[in-house]
Amino acid sequence: MAGGKEIRTKISSIQNTRKITGAMEMVAASKMRKANQRMAESKPYATRIRQVVAHMAGAAQDYEHPYLQEREEVKRVAYIVVSSDRGLCGGLNGNLFKRVIRENKHWQKEGVEIDYCVIGNKALSFFRSVGGNVVASTTGLEDAPSVVDLVGNIHVVLDAFKEGTLDRVYVVYNEFVNTMTQQPVVHQLLPLPPAEDDRDTQFRWDYIYEPTPEGLVDGLLTRFIESQVYQSVVENKACEQAARMVAMKAATDNAGNLIDELELIYNKERQAAITQEISEIVSGAAAV
Amino acid sequence: MPSTMRCEIVSAEREMFSGKVTMVVASGAVGDLGILPHHTPLLTSLQPGPVRVQLDDGTEELFYVNGGYLEVQPKEVTILADVAERVEEMDEQAAEAARVAAREALEGKNKDMDYSAAAAQLAESLAQLRTIEHLRRKGGRGGK
Repeated sequence: MAGGKEIRTKISSIQNTRKITGAMEMVAASKMRKANQRMAESKPYATRIRQVVAHMAGAAQDYEHPYLQEREEVKRVAYIVVSSDRGLCGGLNGNLFKRVIRENKHWQKEGVEIDYCVIGNKALSFFRSVGGNVVASTTGLEDAPSVVDLVGNIHVVLDAFKEGTLDRVYVVYNEFVNTMTQQPVVHQLLPLPPAEDDRDTQFRWDYIYEPTPEGLVDGLLTRFIESQVYQSVVENKACEQAARMVAMKAATDNAGNLIDELELIYNKERQAAITQEISEIVSGAAAV
Repeated sequence: MPSTMRCEIVSAEREMFSGKVTMVVASGAVGDLGILPHHTPLLTSLQPGPVRVQLDDGTEELFYVNGGYLEVQPKEVTILADVAERVEEMDEQAAEAARVAAREALEGKNKDMDYSAAAAQLAESLAQLRTIEHLRRKGGRGGK
């Protein structure tokens, strides 16, 4: 029985792997539930602030904020790339980076320079190996990220935009379609694309601002950008867990198949060994 | 039937309140303001402090917001709070402890402390205590 022992060890090692992937699947499933809930909870704020900003853009102000002004010439753009901190989540990050690279080519053709502002370990190591001008990074976010953790990163980009070194800012993250499907999406953050909500625009009206329009509009727009980025981070977290759950489920199933196959081989081997032994004994007895 | 407007109080982490109200009272950047339906559009930042909403059945609900923005449209009031809490959920002891810590820091027991951060923290915990006090007064009148 030559390979018997080896096959057994192999089976037991795969069994261990299956145990781990099974556990990871369950952990991811429970984390995904929580991440989904968090995504749902932060949605009202994002929708409300979008409405308010849309109202504000519709108001007939004398003052136009730089965040709302489209620049004629685009020389430098920034991408905020939201990735996960850990791997083992299928093609989630890979697809996202592919999307970024595609966008990238388009800009390079026009001779536009690109800055990256990365969130998550995976994006950081990706741009480190591929090469790319990373201007800010945040890694090691918790499962329940807070806006405070992201503020620094966002402000690097906002400040550069205000100074005029950046002409456009995009955010790239995975959109949670459903548990099985996550889709990389690119949204323009700055300058703010015109809002779809255009009711009440037939009247010329404006807010009463307390204290001053400049400060309020600036604060509110900053808050809006922050909330958009926060929302994409939270959504990406939900995607990460969903993708990991699916990947680990596939791994567990594959391990099961592998074990079945190996068990078949092992049994064949065992039977062959027994048959051989019997025939040796029988032929030995016949010789006597 | 009194005239009503929609009111939404949301913080970055969750939705606190959504419903029909007859009045909203909040502390704006330049002073407290009470808003009734059909108010002219208004935009203001908020100071840390209580937000009181009067529901159309006459009852009142009290919230605490830690700064944020208030938008008024004729039929709608939106409060975008940085951090919002229902007053019932607030922890008075924690607020008191924060107040003491901030005051100590301000008085220079720890020289490395950032003055503006400490002042902000003090203002915040005072506002929280003020909100709790407000609730207690109301409870005392109605309950006993």
